[in-house]
Amino acid sequence: MHVVVKLFAQYREGRFKVEERNYAIGTTAQMVIDLLELERVSPLGVLMVNSRHVEPSYCLQEGDVIALFPKVGGG
Amino acid sequence: MADLIYRVNMTNLSFKIEEVPARWLGLGGRGLTSTIVAEEVDPECHPLGPNNKMVFAPGLLSGTSASNSGRNSLGAKSPLTGGIKESNVGGTSAGIFSKLGVKALIIEGLPKDENTFYQLHVTKNNVEFIPVPELVGKDNYAVLDAMMAKYDKKVAVMSIGRIGEMRMNLANVSVKDPGGKLRSHGRGGLGAVMGSKKIKCITVDAADYKEVTIADPDKFKEASKIFTKALQENPISGQGLPAFGTNVLVNILNEAGGLPTHNFRQGNWEHAEEICGETMAENIKARGGKTTHGCHAGCVIQCSQVYNDKEGKFLTSGFEYETIWALGAHLGIQDLDLIAKMDGLMDDLGVDSIETSVALGLAVDAGILAYGDGAKAYEILSHDIPTGTPLGRIFGAGTHILGKAYGLVRVPTVKGQGIPAYEPRAVKGQGITYATTPMGADHTAGYAVATNILNSGGHVDPLKKEGQVELARNLQIASAAVDSTGMCIFVAFAALDDAKCLPALIDMINARFGCALTIDDVMNLGKTILKTEHEFNIKAGFGKADDRLPEFMKYEILPPHNVTWDFTGEEIDEFWNF
Repeated sequence: MHVVVKLFAQYREGRFKVEERNYAIGTTAQMVIDLLELERVSPLGVLMVNSRHVEPSYCLQEGDVIALFPKVGGG
Repeated sequence: MADLIYRVNMTNLSFKIEEVPARWLGLGGRGLTSTIVAEEVDPECHPLGPNNKMVFAPGLLSGTSASNSGRNSLGAKSPLTGGIKESNVGGTSAGIFSKLGVKALIIEGLPKDENTFYQLHVTKNNVEFIPVPELVGKDNYAVLDAMMAKYDKKVAVMSIGRIGEMRMNLANVSVKDPGGKLRSHGRGGLGAVMGSKKIKCITVDAADYKEVTIADPDKFKEASKIFTKALQENPISGQGLPAFGTNVLVNILNEAGGLPTHNFRQGNWEHAEEICGETMAENIKARGGKTTHGCHAGCVIQCSQVYNDKEGKFLTSGFEYETIWALGAHLGIQDLDLIAKMDGLMDDLGVDSIETSVALGLAVDAGILAYGDGAKAYEILSHDIPTGTPLGRIFGAGTHILGKAYGLVRVPTVKGQGIPAYEPRAVKGQGITYATTPMGADHTAGYAVATNILNSGGHVDPLKKEGQVELARNLQIASAAVDSTGMCIFVAFAALDDAKCLPALIDMINARFGCALTIDDVMNLGKTILKTEHEFNIKAGFGKADDRLPEFMKYEILPPHNVTWDFTGEEIDEFWNF
């Protein structure tokens, strides 16, 4: 299935900003995080799918847009 | 030696130095400024008249070696909102006030002579009143240069530009930072109050620059180490903020559908990538700027930066998310360099970069400029506002009055102050803060974005009503307390996520003063401050109807989540039940 993966802040370094990727049915958000080895860079801060916060156990669907942020803040 | 109150009377150009009354001894920063304003300022007075007062107060830990303790508070009745206002800032003033032993500087009265502007020079046991005709009509950097030529570089300088002289509601009070650039007591038009008192600048000189006294130095040192470690080890204050600044928020708010776009018409912007923190950091690195810069001595977070143009020439520092949002998504400018140039100009002019930029975005609805017309926006900022043309005067009155002048309905203000950077319909906890804070729409008063969007301090669904009132209440109480310590509000990220952080902060206060406060005491202080401010506003004429968001947010559906502001008045009013 096709999923759009968006990376932000430190997660972009050496990777990409946005890419459409192919994953097997049943892939969870956590599996995407693990495959990209994101948490080697910084702990996961925010995970959104289609602009809504979800848990890492979320099971991705065809056409989903997944956005991954390390812990960031400001204000 | 005990700290003292310095009281200046501009009516007869006199001053006196007073002992601190027992009831003010445990207060600092916002707790002290709001208490003094509530005790001494008639809530019904005209903010620019003889009965308003300006109160400067460093925080309880300012002047110590505690990390991030260099915030100074300024309180007064606000000409923008008509209510009580506290605006705090980094820079060098808090540390120097503390080292001089000034617990608060209270400025009252108005000079009889309307044609003379003064410099107040505050030193040990003395305040000089120096007429400065040569500085009239000058903006902040010219004033700063003049003061640097006159004094030691360590002197603190607080000044107004032409906007403050003209007593516009946009005017801020600008403060020298350790790098010789400017920080701002930004919101609420407090620069207009300074202009009304005919004060062009205030310089503060602690001749021997001694650290403040600490009752228990060993205990202080121990707590300070734990506190600093908590800030440095927290991924937000230790990594994200120094790498990308506060502007890292553009992408996350955009992704969450909470980035107000085109005057609050939608919650995301297709050009966010042009102005985001990641792009900003890339530009800084490529052009020889600085991604890390502290706004005050002792800052270990370093979220500020130095942003240069393509030729490597300085454009601005302290380039914050809220300003970039307002000129970007809200007004439609996609050119980050132009936004930086405008930010730098706003520092020099001495205007609140949030209120000014929110007003510029609203001006699209007024037909004054087209969405995305950066050239016209720059012309208004560089010409109309500082020269006080009739159009500039309308802008100078702020977003709310601009809306009234042009007969607009979609005016993003609460209590007359422009709503910043976070869509209340899609970040509902923040909406409750905007509605209820006595300051008028103020994102720093209770930063529910932390828990709604950033997963800091847990998670409360940003699109649902459940838990938002309680969240905003707890955060406003905590923020009022933190604003009293002299701490940067960003210590809250570590305090929300690290169990050792807040106790260490309280241990430092106890070690500084030789007292035995508990977390409950500090939270009670926060509650008292909020209630004091709320009471002032009620006496000034505010009622429940003022604790509301703009009506259009109730009936206009916000994409992409297609949400409205769906709280009833009764639900919002629950905020004050504590």
